[in-house]
Amino acid sequence: MTAIAMPAPDAAVIARRAEIVKALQAIVPGEGVIHDETEMRPYETDGLTAYRQLPLIVVLPETVDQVSRILRYCHDNDVKVVPRGAGTSLSGGALPLADGVLMSMMKFNRVLDIDYPNRAVVVQPGVTNLGITRAVEHEGFYYAPDPSSQIACSIGGNIAENSGGVHCLKYGLTTNNVLGLEMVLITGEVIRLGGKHLDSEGYDLLGLMTGSEGLLGVVTEVTVRILQKPETARALLIGFPSSEDGGRCVADIIGAGIIPGGMEMMDRPAIHAAEDFVHAGYPRDVEALLIVELDGPEAEVDYLIGRVEAIAKDNKASHIRISENEEERLTFWAGRKAAFPAVGRISPDYLCMDGTIPRKELPRVLARMRELSDKHGLRVANVFHAGDGNLHPLILYDANKPGELDAAEAFGADILRLCVEVGGVLTGEHGVGIEKRDLMTDMFSEDDLKQQQRVKCAFDDKHLLNPGKVFPVLHRCAELGKMHVHKGKLPFPDIPRF
Amino acid sequence: MDATLKPRDTRETCEAVKWAAAEHTPLEIIGQGSKRALGRPVQAAHVLDLSDLNGVETYEPAELVLTVKAGTPIKDVEALVAESGQELSFEPMDYGPLLGEAPGRGTVGGVLAANLSGPRRIKAGAARDHILGMEAVSGRGEIFNSGGRVVKNVTGYDLPRALCASWGTLAVATTVTLKVNPKPETSASFVLSGLSDAEAVKAMCAAMGSSAEVSGAAHLPAGVDGGDSRTLLRLEGFSTSVDYRFDTLRKLLAPFGVPARIENDASVALWARIRDVMPFAGGTTPVWRISVAPASGAELVAQLRGRLDLQAFYDWSGGLVWLTCLDGEVHDVPIREAVADCGGGHATLVRAAAPVRASVPVFQPQPEALAALAGRVKGQFDPHGILNPGRMVR
Repeated sequence: MTAIAMPAPDAAVIARRAEIVKALQAIVPGEGVIHDETEMRPYETDGLTAYRQLPLIVVLPETVDQVSRILRYCHDNDVKVVPRGAGTSLSGGALPLADGVLMSMMKFNRVLDIDYPNRAVVVQPGVTNLGITRAVEHEGFYYAPDPSSQIACSIGGNIAENSGGVHCLKYGLTTNNVLGLEMVLITGEVIRLGGKHLDSEGYDLLGLMTGSEGLLGVVTEVTVRILQKPETARALLIGFPSSEDGGRCVADIIGAGIIPGGMEMMDRPAIHAAEDFVHAGYPRDVEALLIVELDGPEAEVDYLIGRVEAIAKDNKASHIRISENEEERLTFWAGRKAAFPAVGRISPDYLCMDGTIPRKELPRVLARMRELSDKHGLRVANVFHAGDGNLHPLILYDANKPGELDAAEAFGADILRLCVEVGGVLTGEHGVGIEKRDLMTDMFSEDDLKQQQRVKCAFDDKHLLNPGKVFPVLHRCAELGKMHVHKGKLPFPDIPRF
Repeated sequence: MDATLKPRDTRETCEAVKWAAAEHTPLEIIGQGSKRALGRPVQAAHVLDLSDLNGVETYEPAELVLTVKAGTPIKDVEALVAESGQELSFEPMDYGPLLGEAPGRGTVGGVLAANLSGPRRIKAGAARDHILGMEAVSGRGEIFNSGGRVVKNVTGYDLPRALCASWGTLAVATTVTLKVNPKPETSASFVLSGLSDAEAVKAMCAAMGSSAEVSGAAHLPAGVDGGDSRTLLRLEGFSTSVDYRFDTLRKLLAPFGVPARIENDASVALWARIRDVMPFAGGTTPVWRISVAPASGAELVAQLRGRLDLQAFYDWSGGLVWLTCLDGEVHDVPIREAVADCGGGHATLVRAAAPVRASVPVFQPQPEALAALAGRVKGQFDPHGILNPGRMVR
């Protein structure tokens, strides 16, 4: 059994299952309520497949009114709800609860409005990330954030996780590309935030919702900004004899005022796994491989390719190739994009971690990771969004060998603690979910976490939406609201006053 | 007893707020006090002055990250990063001239509390898009940290972003971490003359939807800051690229006329004028800042022209309308009706005398459920309502 415990299910709620099924069927007619064990099986896990749990019931609403009525019913009857998009979460954010209703939003799959003059697209939350680009690409537009699961992941899930992708240094994360939301609170109230205009008219609840991992509300509509595709893109493939050289090259590129569209680094184990799998022509005799993609007007891209090449030479690059056509550019990327399945080929199982570190710490973190690899007796391969410091170590293990999953999880936890130790964070884009929940105290103090949970209380004071995720300890809202202060004199009378 | 408390560090800030919370006595939170004439007037017996929380903690140009104390003057921050060829790419505006005060004042904390931005908002975002982390003191008198010092981070709720635009009503920021960017090598403006508001908005939206990477799109109608109308598109970056994109725009916008080109320093000065609303500086008539969908900007102004005696100009490709009512009245009802009629958005009264700002809703009124939610959020940060009471809502 795995290490992360979920809250004990409430037997009283499970005993009311038949009654809850009936109530939900009254709201969502036909096949929208699933309660047969076999039919619920596909929902028992998400992208964090080591954890499985059948939900109490699955419900698939089709209208905002149904979402509102389901949530109000669950609120009034103290039933937990786990919202789910495409179920691609790598942190267990959509893991069901034995005593909770799993609400799938995948019937909300329509593009509602494409508005080119305002460069805005309004979609339902179940539309895939790539589906937005597909809807507008015939006019030369695209939606910039591109997580590697973009073919499958839903935009609603992207909001929940504030998803990034390889282009976020230049084009921003989900939070920088979302203009508006419609969401339903656990009480059933429908709230609209933002729209096709910019900035909030009060508190930035749009910013708060983005990255809130399904704990604050259920998104029912999303307005995103679209961009015209860059005129052209070219890439450089650069090999280095050491990760220090590669790291310095990245710093020098940024120091020269160049913000590449994408900048990805791989370490030796990842390079070899990828090259063995897709034969992209990666050099095998290097310690670090950097892909730098420059996009924009042709004149600019050609100019910057020359500058990046010069910077690479100054940093002891042992291999430099420059894409001369689109086919070559895509070949450079083929290995990086296949890095996860490539690692999957050389190991029965792997855990994909997701810390972010200050870029300059990369050589130190890689060195320490090699030591940790020896300590835990497991191999690790690294892919690194070098532009933004987001590190994806892939820990190789075999779930069929007793104790290896536990060892892999312990290794992963050590890596994330290392990320925090060097000034980074536990998760860049995969979310805390259940996977990193118990590590939150390594990054935040008790007061930090309590203030975050108080925000939750403003949205969901009964802790019914996606409980057991993100926070290691659930405090009751009444307890969080207490103030322990003593009336009296200013305790530090030496504060200057006038 | 009216007093100004001037803490020198986070601990003293925390103690001051803790005391105010225990006494249930409200505090007005200020840095340099440059934005006191913005928003609703605060009713508070005491002032918490953060201007001594001043200084850079870390600045790492290669990491594109800057950590400063919240009371650091924004001009000092801009000067510091400029030494490394960098800038705050959200180019925060300076309200001083518009409000009849000295230019160049304000602190980092104030910039974030008001979520300031400039013409580059449409490409690079506002302050809220550049904040990475924050240390703050809640109205409960507790220090909390949130966010981090890296760009990509989804560890816990994004409280730093949620605290932007909260006008000091949720927590007192003590230290903030911002993302910085390289300063563009060169800047030029593509200028079309004589367009009507409606034509100008069409031209700007077409430019924004092109691959020319326009970083500013403004329209000054005839009589605003000059005789003829001027439609301005800003191009920034490496000089070869700026020339190339100028040509792209010339071809794309040929139906709208033959462009003039304004170079470097003159271009930079022009955009600073637009950013700081200089066409309306020096006056006393009420000024509104209205955010709508870009393509609706001209329609909004046309609707209001039939009802009010006004002057207006456009930034953000038409999505930001600066509007002044020439008869001296605020006309909040017709203005907000027109915003609703043009697809929604928000209108904020940014220049008006204090008694007017106390009686007219300065910020866009919110629907009931949203206002209740915002009230609950406020209650979770500041249960006794001691931080800037009345600043945003009565």
